[in-house]
Order: sequence, then structure tokens, then C-alpha cells
Amino acid sequence: MPPTARTARARSTSSPAKPRRRPPAGGRLALLVATRKGAWIYLGDPSRRRWEVRGPHFLGQIIHHLVLDPRDRRTLLAATRTGHLGPTLFRSTDLGRTWAEAKRPPAFPKAREGEPARVVDHTFWLTPGHASEPGAWYAGTSPQGLFRSADGGDTWEPVAGFNDHPRYAEWTGGAQGGTPNGPKLHSILVDPRDPAHLYLGMSSGGVHESLDRGESWTPVVAGMEVVEGFDPANLSFHDPHCVRYSPARPDRLYQQNHCGIYRLDRPSTEWVRIGRNMPRRVGDIGFPLVVHPRDPDTAWVFPMDGTTVWPRTSPDGKPAAYVTRNAGRTWRRLDGGLPERQAWWTVKRQAMAADAGEPVGLYLGTTAGEVWASRDEGGRWACLARHLPEIYAVEAAEADGVR
Amino acid sequence: MKVLIPSPLRSYTGASEVEASGSTLSQALDDLDRRYPGLRFRMIDEQGRIRPHVRVFVDGEQVFDLARPLRAGEDVQIVQALSGG
Repeated sequence: MPPTARTARARSTSSPAKPRRRPPAGGRLALLVATRKGAWIYLGDPSRRRWEVRGPHFLGQIIHHLVLDPRDRRTLLAATRTGHLGPTLFRSTDLGRTWAEAKRPPAFPKAREGEPARVVDHTFWLTPGHASEPGAWYAGTSPQGLFRSADGGDTWEPVAGFNDHPRYAEWTGGAQGGTPNGPKLHSILVDPRDPAHLYLGMSSGGVHESLDRGESWTPVVAGMEVVEGFDPANLSFHDPHCVRYSPARPDRLYQQNHCGIYRLDRPSTEWVRIGRNMPRRVGDIGFPLVVHPRDPDTAWVFPMDGTTVWPRTSPDGKPAAYVTRNAGRTWRRLDGGLPERQAWWTVKRQAMAADAGEPVGLYLGTTAGEVWASRDEGGRWACLARHLPEIYAVEAAEADGVR
Repeated sequence: MKVLIPSPLRSYTGASEVEASGSTLSQALDDLDRRYPGLRFRMIDEQGRIRPHVRVFVDGEQVFDLARPLRAGEDVQIVQALSGG
């Protein structure tokens, strides 16, 4: 896709993103941990050494994502379901002391005669809207659907420009079915310079960009590989796992894909497979990816075993994060403090997060129910919590009004 | 009519047995949802179908059609297969 006038204008008027401000007195670092059986909130002291646990919230419910609104730093949204009840969302405006269910959770419109009858199985991903649009949120569902709320997550409307796109079936491979636990719409990115400029990723469907708040969409998949033997021209074969932009340079995107790690520098539309520079014995398969809040050349991944039957464990039972400090030209292993052998867990796509501290703190939530944290950008890890249920998502956020 | 509520839905009703009215099952569920907002969507999807692990009985007989008329004196039982794990 050629660069558009809109992209060019956004670029020409952009200034480097400001570093996030430090929390005022009373601000606390909150780790939001979403698991297969509930949610927990860990509140850190300023040194990030001591953590106070709050929870469980929603014990027994499947929590796909728990996200704090960075605009008011106290509203939480939780995407929940159970094995037997339908999917819903809960909101808290007091950092989890009390919760209220959304009046109208994400749901597809009732199908007309002859149309496929799409049903939201679960909301998988939540993204706060642009800083200039308080109350705006986006949600990505399984099967793939994009939804928007204008009232802080209480009521949700389908984004018809995506869900009813003429090429929806071609991109997604059809509404229901697909990858294990259903195909996902995830990695909804809102350009911090332009609320109308969005990206999203889909397992079964590729990466897509909108310049008009989701009314129209263009695939951005050039350079992305698909499983050998399949046709990369068929978008439903593309499987991005996690797409992130650099907060310091939003024209730089990184991606952990089913088929490698990539970088894209807009206005180019060609992804470059920077995972080729990972050690061969580890490979470049995994789910999460995190970008440094201030340095666009620094990103972290957490590789997993993607060989043979895809064990989805740490490679060789030796978990490690890898960091690049030069935009993917070289990678360094970060395993200090992590188990040295016989550790067969891994980290899911929403379960790795960075805070905005100096140096940056990193957090991992594992499939074995442990939270690992590093206060030095991954140099040294320590276990912050264990014996939780399987962790689906971890977010690090600065919270106000903690009592 | 009386409606028997399974434990996963009692966070809505606060009780295992509640009252609802309506001349069809769908109307009764709508009435329940007015009294206990959100309850219906956890049982019935946006296409109007009973969710996979939800079972509805009227006077002990399993009902699959939400248009099923309800007669005076009939009670509704909602049952959930506690799937998951």
C-alpha cells in the first residue's frame, strides 16, 4: 500500500512523543493480572520491591484482559466469561473495589436471513481510545469483531466498517472456527498523534490499518510470511500474535507472528523479519512482544518452542526473554534469575508488559501461574507471585486514588 | 411464574427462585432481564439462541424454542452444565 496523504500529514505534524509523566503523590504502580480463573491486582511501592495483592476478583471466571484507563488512572475494564455463561464486561471506577456489568457488552447485530449469524464467544482484547477522547474504548473479540464504546465501556457498538467489510470473510477465513479457542482480533493500536488512525491484528487475518476511525481498512501484510506451502496472498493464512508500536516513535511497529518477529517503519508497508537474527536454536516463534516506552530501538520478546507439534513451552525447558537494542539487528538473552532447566511454561500474547520507570520494569505472567518481574529491563528476574491460575494477560499501569 | 435460578446466575438475582411474567418463554426471559439486567445475555446469544451449556425446562420438560407459550401455573427451571474446568 502506498503512503497516503493522511499518513504523510500525520508524520509531518508529529513531534516526538513526550515521556510519560511520573505519578503524582498517591499514584501507585498496578500490575493487572488476568487469569483463566479470575483477576488479581498487585500494587507496587515506588521501589517496585514490595507488592500488595488485591484479589481475587471474579474468582472462577475466565478473564481475557484487565485494563486500566490511562486517562483517569482509576477506571478498570475486565473482559470476562465462564465455561457456560455468555461473555460480558465489567467496569470499576474505583480500581476494583466495586464492579458493575456493562449495560450492552460487545455483540454482533442480529443476522438477516441468509447472513452468517455471528456470535461473540469472548472479548479478547481491550484498548483505551485516544487521550483526546475520554470514555472511548475499543474491544476485539473472538470470532473476529471490532467494537467501540463511547461511554467508558458501558455500552458497545460494532465497528461496521470492519465487521461488515466486503472482504471480511476473505480476511478472516469465515466467522466461526479457526485457531484453538477461536480466531482472535487483538493488538488494537490507536495512533497517539491521531485518533482516527488505527491498526489491528488478527490470528487468521493479518494486520490492517484504518485512517478514518475504522470506517475503511487496508491490509498491511507485505513481507509477512505464512506457514510453508500456503499462499501469503490469502490473508486468512496470516497469523500475527502481537503487534505493538513504539510509544516514542509511533511510526515504528514491531510484531511477533506465528512465523517470526518483524519490524515495520511507516510509511514503508514492508515488514522486515528481524527474528532471523535470533539464535537459530531458539528461533523466533512466540506470542508476546513489548516495546520500550522511550527507546524505539529496544524491544523484548519471549520465545517459545514452535517446532514439530508446537509444544508452546519454553525452548528446551529454559525460559528466557530476548532483547534487541538496535531495532532487531542483534538480540541478547535475558534469563538471569529465571529457572535454568526443567521449566516448561511460556508467556501468552497479552502476558508481558513494561512499566514507564527508569530503568524500565518488565513483567511476565506464565502459563504456570507465576508472575516474574525485572526492575532492570530484563537483566535480572524475580518471582513476584506464584500458584495463580494460568495467566492470560498482564498490564502495568499507574493508578491514582489507591486506598 | 416461579423461575429456578442456577448458582452461576445468582449474582444477578441474589436468590435461587424468583418471579417472572410473560406469555412465552422469551417474554419471561425479557421480564427477568428487566428485573435483573444482564442476565438474559449470559443465557441467550445475540442471535436469539440458547447458549451451548444452558438448559431451560418448563415444568420438567426441556425447551429449545424461546417462542414456547407459557401457561398459567407453569414454572421455569434454568439449568447449567458446569462445563469448563
